[in-house]
Amino acid sequence: MSNRGPKPSQRGTRPLDVKNGRVDMSHGAGGRAMAQLIEEMFVGAFDNDLLKREHDAAMFRLPAGRVVMSTDSFVISPLFFPGGNIGSLAVHGTVNDISMAGAKPYYLTAGFILEEGFALSDLAEIVKSMAAAAKDAGVMIVTGDTKVVERGHGDGIYINTAGVGVVRDDIDICGDLAKPGDKILINGTLGDHGVAVMSKRENLSFTTALKSDSQSLVDLVQDMVGAVPNIHVLRDPTRGGLAATLNEIANQSGVGIELVESTIPVRPEVKSACELLGLDPLYVANEGKLIAICPAEQADALLAVMKAHPKGRDGAIVGEVLEDSRCFVRMKTQLGGTRMVDWLAGEQLPRIC
Amino acid sequence: MKYIEEFRNAELAQGLSVAIKAEADSGRTYRFMEFCGGHTHALARYGVEDLLPKKVHMIHGPGCPVCVLPVGRVDEAIALATGHDVILCTYADLMRVPGTKYESLIKARSKGADVRMVYSTMDALKIAQDNPEREVVFFAIGFETTTPPTAVAIKQAQVLGLKNFTVYCNHVLTPAAMRAILGTHTLTGAPTVILDGFVGPAHVSAVIGTEPYEEFTRDYRKPVVIAGFEPLDVMQSILQLIRQVNDGRAEVENEYARAVMPEGNVKAQNLVAEVFEHRDEFSWRGLGAVALSALKIRPEFSDFDAELRFTVVVGNPKENKLCECGPILRGEKKPVECSLFGTSCTPDNPMGACMVSSEGACAAHWTYGRFRTSTETESD
Repeated sequence: MSNRGPKPSQRGTRPLDVKNGRVDMSHGAGGRAMAQLIEEMFVGAFDNDLLKREHDAAMFRLPAGRVVMSTDSFVISPLFFPGGNIGSLAVHGTVNDISMAGAKPYYLTAGFILEEGFALSDLAEIVKSMAAAAKDAGVMIVTGDTKVVERGHGDGIYINTAGVGVVRDDIDICGDLAKPGDKILINGTLGDHGVAVMSKRENLSFTTALKSDSQSLVDLVQDMVGAVPNIHVLRDPTRGGLAATLNEIANQSGVGIELVESTIPVRPEVKSACELLGLDPLYVANEGKLIAICPAEQADALLAVMKAHPKGRDGAIVGEVLEDSRCFVRMKTQLGGTRMVDWLAGEQLPRIC
Repeated sequence: MKYIEEFRNAELAQGLSVAIKAEADSGRTYRFMEFCGGHTHALARYGVEDLLPKKVHMIHGPGCPVCVLPVGRVDEAIALATGHDVILCTYADLMRVPGTKYESLIKARSKGADVRMVYSTMDALKIAQDNPEREVVFFAIGFETTTPPTAVAIKQAQVLGLKNFTVYCNHVLTPAAMRAILGTHTLTGAPTVILDGFVGPAHVSAVIGTEPYEEFTRDYRKPVVIAGFEPLDVMQSILQLIRQVNDGRAEVENEYARAVMPEGNVKAQNLVAEVFEHRDEFSWRGLGAVALSALKIRPEFSDFDAELRFTVVVGNPKENKLCECGPILRGEKKPVECSLFGTSCTPDNPMGACMVSSEGACAAHWTYGRFRTSTETESD
């Protein structure tokens, strides 16, 4: 851990009061309290030899291939939601971003910004979820950092993760490689994460049994690139949902996109919640979904691989790439017409009548 | 969802499309106004236009409460939020409506004003209860649909004895706006907007019933078909309108009978009548001053009237001279006929109100329909 002081003598130090204790300014001050927090809270949970050496930086070798690197910061509210919490999300977010290059992620860093007064029991639960998510994704959290900000200057906890992975030299997957004629696939239902999180917001009083889809896509992507190495684009439609992500890809690749509404999987409870709130599932965030774009002749093979995997069981071909210098994303509606699926303007806001 | 999906069924839509084409095969064109922004949104979002014959023209009416709010009222709300240290509570759509010099509530908030987005009037009331030391103003807008909840909030505030809760009332009336559209004439005396009938409001009619539309069939000979907000509702109402025109009839028909009773919601009507009274006139964006077209809070509830509690001074409200929101709201022009459309006015940087709300004619065309008209390369 990069900012820790000298290792304290554990003798005479009472263990962290994880049950009732709270983060205070001393936990970020570089002294004994910080060292203890790191030791008891993080090193034990993330449990790996690289972290245990407790150097400021982790040293390791990577397998052959190109190194892939990514970082993401997490500021979600509420911190705990059905199907996960900010900790599992922080691991899934970065391992998935690395996976979207077709790479296998290996190592992560974790930076914590804690607000004075944050319950250590909540922190312990978050760290536990991070450790479990990392194990599930086959990655190690090998170095990190902790800072504490005064009460009122944070939202309980912010987490940043960064990671490295490796991609085979014969794979080239990027948002600017979509070609007219390519097919567009997704691995399952849209909007689960966003609606699950919104259902827990204090000013939106509706309940749902829905869980976030937050999950690592590492294993699914490894199966996909193993079977179809010439996938052109992979992208996880997180903030802004499918609509925002496809608009980004259309612009980066200089192409148009046409979706077919009736083929896009959305759970009835997500549809209902969106209907109620005046939202569009195409714009709602996902955390365990991916968009794959590949040549038409490989689309069926890719779909078969996806459907054979538990994380792609509800996979579907939802549209295709067109030639269009305006880079429009449009959709054949369920009703039989056509409409644009535009960038989101501002925030997605509930309508009033 | 089951009961909603049924009103978005593709097979039924195709059937209606065929029926509309057959019924409209008469050598004439048809010009109908969908009054409500909800209908404008449904037409655009579901691509209904693709299922209508070219000779059926849909004219987007002014039934978007955000769009018709004049710049001066937006300026006043901004002045309230910035100059009086109040907590201003508002529905989400209003946050981005541009006032004079493109100020908006969302920009005021970034500069420190306490503007909060609420989902209902009750949220605003709760904020007032939770912050007894602060003045809380609810920025009330909307047609007859959103007026009853505002009335409930005011009555509730009175029961609770809240001293720090007021309402900045901008509630407006649908029939008055329809009358204004039909009554607008050019210098030569010809009607400015040529219309063959109205797709009548959905939720508004659930409150006011069917009777208020009789004057349009009687005095103006314009058929009105009240329709729900689902795409099949809109298509069915268009079919009924074409039939009326072909038969030479002008009647009020109720396609949305599953929600609209002939007498409307009498309880809600009584509540509104108890708390509100007519303003002599109200200035609408696009329609100008319209007599008896809006509501104000009755003297009995004057303690809850923000216009009486606060003195707000604003400069000369100014709209962009090039903005065609006016003629677009009156149905005289199409969004693409405005020189600002898609150039300096987009949903990200709206110059006029029609581009702000997803129910506005400009935002609907930009967001859902511009692939039909745009030829320019937008990629950078």
